[in-house]
Amino acid sequence: MRFGVVVFPGTWSDCDFHYVVSEVLHQPVRYVWHRERDLSELDCVILPGGFSYGDYLRAGAVAGRSPVVEALRDFVGRGGLVLGSCNGFQILCEAGLLPGVLTRNECLQYRCQSTHLVVENADTFFTRGLRVGQVLTMPISHGEGKYHADAETLARLKRDNLIAFRYATAEGKVTKASNPNGSLDNIAGIVNPEGTVLGMMPHPERASETVMGGTDGLLMFQSLLGSLVEDGSFLKR
Amino acid sequence: MTGAEPKVTLDLALDAGLTAEEYDRILSRLGREPTYPELGLFSALWSEHCAYKHSRVFLSRLPQSGPHVLQGPGENAGAIDIGDDWAVVFKIESHNHPSFIEPFQGAATGVGGILRDIFTMGARPIAILDSLRFGEIDSAKTRQLVNGVVSGISWYGNCFGCPTVGGEIAFAPEYAGNPLVNVMCVGLVRADQIFRARAEGPGNPVFYVGNKTGRDGIHGATMASATFDEHAEERRPTVQVGDPFTEKLLLEACLEVMRTGAVVGIQDMGAAGLACCTSEMPARSGTGMDVELSRVPQRERAMTPYEILLSESQERMLLVAARGREEEVRRVFARWELDAVEIGRVTERGELTARLNGDVVARVPVDFLADAPRYEKPTREPADLAERRAFDPMTLAEAPDPAAVLVDLLSSPTIASKEWAFRQYDQQVGINTLVLPGSDAAVLRVKGTPRAIAVSTDGNGRQVFLDPRMGAAMAVCEAARNVSCSGGEPRGVTDCMNFGSPERPEILWQFAEAIEGIALACRALELPVVGGNVSFYNETSGQAILPTPIIGVVGVLDDAARRATQWFKGPGHRVALLGPEAVSLGGSEYLWIRHRRLAGALAPLDFDTERRVQRAVRAAVAAGLVAAAHDCSEGGVAVALAESCVTGRDLVGCEATLPAAARADLTLFGEGPSRVLVAVEANHAREFEGLMAESAIPWRWIGTTGGDRLVIRIGSATVVDVDAGRLEHAWRSGFERHMA
Repeated sequence: MRFGVVVFPGTWSDCDFHYVVSEVLHQPVRYVWHRERDLSELDCVILPGGFSYGDYLRAGAVAGRSPVVEALRDFVGRGGLVLGSCNGFQILCEAGLLPGVLTRNECLQYRCQSTHLVVENADTFFTRGLRVGQVLTMPISHGEGKYHADAETLARLKRDNLIAFRYATAEGKVTKASNPNGSLDNIAGIVNPEGTVLGMMPHPERASETVMGGTDGLLMFQSLLGSLVEDGSFLKR
Repeated sequence: MTGAEPKVTLDLALDAGLTAEEYDRILSRLGREPTYPELGLFSALWSEHCAYKHSRVFLSRLPQSGPHVLQGPGENAGAIDIGDDWAVVFKIESHNHPSFIEPFQGAATGVGGILRDIFTMGARPIAILDSLRFGEIDSAKTRQLVNGVVSGISWYGNCFGCPTVGGEIAFAPEYAGNPLVNVMCVGLVRADQIFRARAEGPGNPVFYVGNKTGRDGIHGATMASATFDEHAEERRPTVQVGDPFTEKLLLEACLEVMRTGAVVGIQDMGAAGLACCTSEMPARSGTGMDVELSRVPQRERAMTPYEILLSESQERMLLVAARGREEEVRRVFARWELDAVEIGRVTERGELTARLNGDVVARVPVDFLADAPRYEKPTREPADLAERRAFDPMTLAEAPDPAAVLVDLLSSPTIASKEWAFRQYDQQVGINTLVLPGSDAAVLRVKGTPRAIAVSTDGNGRQVFLDPRMGAAMAVCEAARNVSCSGGEPRGVTDCMNFGSPERPEILWQFAEAIEGIALACRALELPVVGGNVSFYNETSGQAILPTPIIGVVGVLDDAARRATQWFKGPGHRVALLGPEAVSLGGSEYLWIRHRRLAGALAPLDFDTERRVQRAVRAAVAAGLVAAAHDCSEGGVAVALAESCVTGRDLVGCEATLPAAARADLTLFGEGPSRVLVAVEANHAREFEGLMAESAIPWRWIGTTGGDRLVIRIGSATVVDVDAGRLEHAWRSGFERHMA
């Protein structure tokens, strides 16, 4: 599977995703500069964490209107896969590729900590190797990760099973105490109806090697690779 | 010359912080009165902050070389070889004065400044550690400073994308008017690709790169070279304003342009900005520089030559490129949307010539400018120190309930968990952090090799106050011991010397003694000091801080998998205490928390024992025999035991028996150097015993892990028997409850 890792000015998880894809997954990967518009040779585009363009306006607001994100619309339309983590999730929401918005953490402080996620939807390219109710451990690192959407959108997310992960206890119980940023309904990650675009605040690339303290993030990448059939094309749902 | 600028007189020179003798020296070397911009150059470059006028004589005592040293003091940062063709570049620096005036931006730009010192050497920053000192936490002002400083560090470091992996926060009333913000940064670079701040090759173009110049931070270096009074906050305009996003772009652009081979030398525009770079870079290379100030990118209108030269606007560098390769430099910076403007040339004559629209506004010999006068001022031991040290803590009544004291100590803000601060810092970006903040040292892997590095900072102002020489030596030993406890072999030191005004003989005596102590310890442990920083004038209205040398140590683990952390891993492990029995309550956390006294003598430090204990711990970790290793520091062995019980993911109880002694409080809470607690799985006990016998160190088994209580006996008497959950609560909430 050919991966692209997008680099905006101010992106900092780019090297980490690149490392995991090339050194842990042994898949071809290249950096994609924020001005690029041609994504045609890629299967999966990763929007990594960081502070794109400094995020001095609103997290992801500028990047959401950048050339590469414009090109992403076509890419998604053609069935390409997009994983946005941390700032990448914020960008996907700002670009309208996913619904809702990420606002300042409820505690009004940056939070870097380990979190537990309960899998809500195991029927996406990113989660099909997991099972519903499975608990993953992954760190978060953000100041603006409180997911918010209007009541109608939230109802649609629930109805169409578009919530991928929710913050939970180690046992998988969704509680207020296990919600690190005040996200609506403990939402940690959502997908588009096709299951091809996933946005999540946690960092799977930081949980992809035993030496880093866990490999639950790798399960997502392995789900992706498991979606490939022999001729290199994707399994369709 | 610019007509609007004032005529230079002796009075003006005195106002600018120069002495009458220094002004005379300038007159006689120049053979004329300096221009106003020239006065500014001398004022900044001959400030204590830039020139180390009062400290250089003493600093030469420090050992600065060794087999692994690739770069010693004198550059932006030091560099140490770590094997496999990799080097670490590291340095610690203070941003104390600005952080008191404006805590958020002061601390943020402290982070920004040290990051640039590291990447200007060609290294990618991989770790930040912050050593912070504040007044007592029950003051609202302290809490406001803590909040501001922590938010500033969080904002800058997180946005830039360098993990904060360690450091310490401690509280004492002496820091109330002068908090300390010391930031250490470690970067990684190929050993043969280190860049230096040189301006070689007359005719080579000089590029200004990075952020635009504004009026912020003018006189920052001068401000940091004076004491405060009650009007300190009026100096807010001297504090710079940071832009971590631009710094991130500057990092990427600098590392990229360095790879082209077009860069001859590069220096961060830190204190004294352009003035500092345009004189220090040629001074190091025996060249000169001729620069046109009107070409300097500016974000404010009508800036004068004086302002352009002395601005401390952040995120800027001065770069000397190879002639004929200007386009390559411009192309890289254009890609990162940063200014890269050729503002002049390297010249053969050893002069800095600054022009405005062609007219010379300053012309001074760079060797003269970069070589400020050095002073060896008188030193004198403080009159009351001997008496203070002669105080015997054993004359105080013993605490009736040691368990309650232990709980108090764990909840003292200096000892308690600093998670409230650390969870605001990204600790993992770069995916190198193998040991996160919370253990004795942070450990980071070096990708593509089996190795890791371990980093720690330490410094105990109370101990240095009571005995500057041995207190400072203990700081070196403790920082190195922390690294050894993680399994790393200490390889290099950086020091940040925080003191009051060196113009007072008592303060300069503290400083001279502390340097002597650091030199002694570094020689004994074979550790070179490859860089650092001196921050004097940390006093307000005559009240100086505790003398506080902060020592940063970087070590190497040959096998990243063979590392240790401080917390117990499970039940049934045998617990040993390595090192000497000798401890003291003099200068201890116990004496402060319980009796509010800062007095007494420190326990003896024997360098040979220290070295052997550290070597023994490293050998045990490297052999895979140790499940946990923890340095005994503030609060003594009782606090160390409690920390090992409660700081890990799971609570693990412990039963320990310490040898009978005159007083329980001394045994439990007495502090002394060279002491390490280790936990050993039962099936490794025999092998561990063999290793300790070979190491020829004092040590003993003291107990076993297990259960959910910490039980400590002295001889046959049980003196502590507390639920581990209660200890954990005290430790977790001791600092955070004040900040909520």
